[in-house]
Amino acid sequence: MSERRLLFLAGAALLCIVAFMTIGLRGNIGFVLALRATKLAALLQVSVSIAISTVIFQTVTNNRILTPSIMGLDALYLFGQMLLVFLLGGLGYAALDAQLKFGGEIVVLMALATGLLSPMLRRRAEMGLMLLAGIIFGILFRSLHSLLARLVDPNDFAVVQGASFANFNDVRTDLLAFASILTIAGIVIAWRARHVLDVIALGADTATGLGISWSRTVTGLLLLVSALVAVSTALVGPVAFFGLLVVALAERVVDTRSHAALMPAAVLTAVIILVGGQTLFQHALGSSSTLGVVIEFVGGLAFLVLLVFGSRK
Amino acid sequence: MIRIENVSLRHGKTQILHDISLTIAKGGITALVGPNGAGKSSLLSLIARLQPLQAGRITVDGFHVDATPNRDLARILAILRQDSIFTSRLRVRELVSFGRFPHGRGRLTPADYAIIDQSLQQFDLTDLADRFIETLSGGQRQRALVAMAFAQETDYLLLDEPLNNLDMYFARELMRSLRRIADENGKTIVIVLHDINQAGAHADRIVALKSGRIVADGAPCDLLTPKTLQAIFGFEMRVETVDDTPVVLHFR
Ligand SMILES: Nc1ncnc2c1ncn2[C@@H]1O[C@H](COP(=O)(O)OP(=O)(O)OP(=O)(O)O)[C@@H](O)[C@H]1O
Ligand SMILES: [Mg+2]
Repeated sequence: MSERRLLFLAGAALLCIVAFMTIGLRGNIGFVLALRATKLAALLQVSVSIAISTVIFQTVTNNRILTPSIMGLDALYLFGQMLLVFLLGGLGYAALDAQLKFGGEIVVLMALATGLLSPMLRRRAEMGLMLLAGIIFGILFRSLHSLLARLVDPNDFAVVQGASFANFNDVRTDLLAFASILTIAGIVIAWRARHVLDVIALGADTATGLGISWSRTVTGLLLLVSALVAVSTALVGPVAFFGLLVVALAERVVDTRSHAALMPAAVLTAVIILVGGQTLFQHALGSSSTLGVVIEFVGGLAFLVLLVFGSRK
Repeated sequence: MIRIENVSLRHGKTQILHDISLTIAKGGITALVGPNGAGKSSLLSLIARLQPLQAGRITVDGFHVDATPNRDLARILAILRQDSIFTSRLRVRELVSFGRFPHGRGRLTPADYAIIDQSLQQFDLTDLADRFIETLSGGQRQRALVAMAFAQETDYLLLDEPLNNLDMYFARELMRSLRRIADENGKTIVIVLHDINQAGAHADRIVALKSGRIVADGAPCDLLTPKTLQAIFGFEMRVETVDDTPVVLHFR
């Protein structure tokens, strides 16, 4: 049954993609199509990385409310970025090759995130504690980010300032090629790990009994999550609640936590919301820049609903 | 063979296991008994490498449990824990299928499906196979967990209070199934039991733990005497022999 629902999601996602590419084509069609294709590629990557990283993160932490961004991972990414500017100076930073910078930022994020989160995941910490730690991490890194922002030269600051809130309209297309390598690698690794993820969901003891090396596997998954968060944050900026919304919806559509179904469903749901929403806002509502705000608002509502009424346990 | 040599365990300042040495031969059922907090679950989780070994050595079939790759160990040793937690949206059949994970890393062959079906049937779960675990009764859930451990088809089976929540019928069925796989397939079963009469009726050997030490060890008919039982549990009880099996009357 979940196969039929997946097919339905896939159809809807395809429809959104076609609509995004074709509605309102005018002028130099070849040029417009190329422009849209680049943007579509970025939106697809963001969908994939947010959906997969959120599913994996929720499985590892064993709850439906935490997401990488609620745990402050994207704040951590921005902090790492600012740290690089601070250490290298704006000129040095700006002079660096964009791909190289991105690579460096990813490594910084993976190291920081794994260092901070693995101790908590060794033994599954309690949800309340994780949530609290996440909020504190988030605030800490945002404050460190603004502290560094004040310390660096104002000119240097301008180098990174552009990217501190989500904007689905203005994506960093210069990073697309490099990001797509990461995204594709992420898809392959996540898909190959789908059975392992099902076992991880049973908890540390049962998973160990079934032959999983818990610490090693969880650390590896966290590295993957960090890389995917880096991709989406670099491309469109931080998004707080989108992942939560997408996974909560996908879980209700396919009605299973089996990763072979849930991961594709979450990705397709993300594509529908992001690409479909972008099309809708661009052509019907005429203001594509507000999509981010609307998604965050709805996602925030979903977060509150899950928090208050509890996710289906 | 499970060989436990000089194993000690402490949590903070409290010493939980004191220098335990115990050898469990291959084949047969060994029952671990003892009062609450004696250290039975702790010992079992050390054998199953669910917590790191602090002192001493444990080998299963010659493999050091803390130095053998987890994957390999999961093919020779299965454990059922006392307090298993569940994730949501998991069906009985899916849970039992996880027992095959160590063998195919998630890819199920026709042979795996046959084993899963057989496990489901053995614990009378066929009708419940498509139900979500969270909708089952406590005993049905326990049966599903035992079925998963069975499906793992390991030579060594560690079961921590598997009779929890089971009614008399299923308790007897489970003990008989264990007896059968021990006799026919040469499996080695270590089982924590609170029902001393189940231990007396089905186990080949009873090992009693108290305050982290082994206080008695022997065949049921030698061990189940008023004197030994008083030493283990701290109160007097009568023991009668029915059909050559000792029966402990501990109710009044
Ligand atoms: N993580 C822990 N931290 C501190 N003490 C612990 C921990 N786990 C167990 N203990 C203590 O170790 C002792 C042995 O516990 P264990 O669970 O092995 O007992 P048990 O024999 O299985 O008891 P029961 O029959 O109640 O299941 C108990 O006193 C318990 O309080
Ligand atoms: Mg116990």
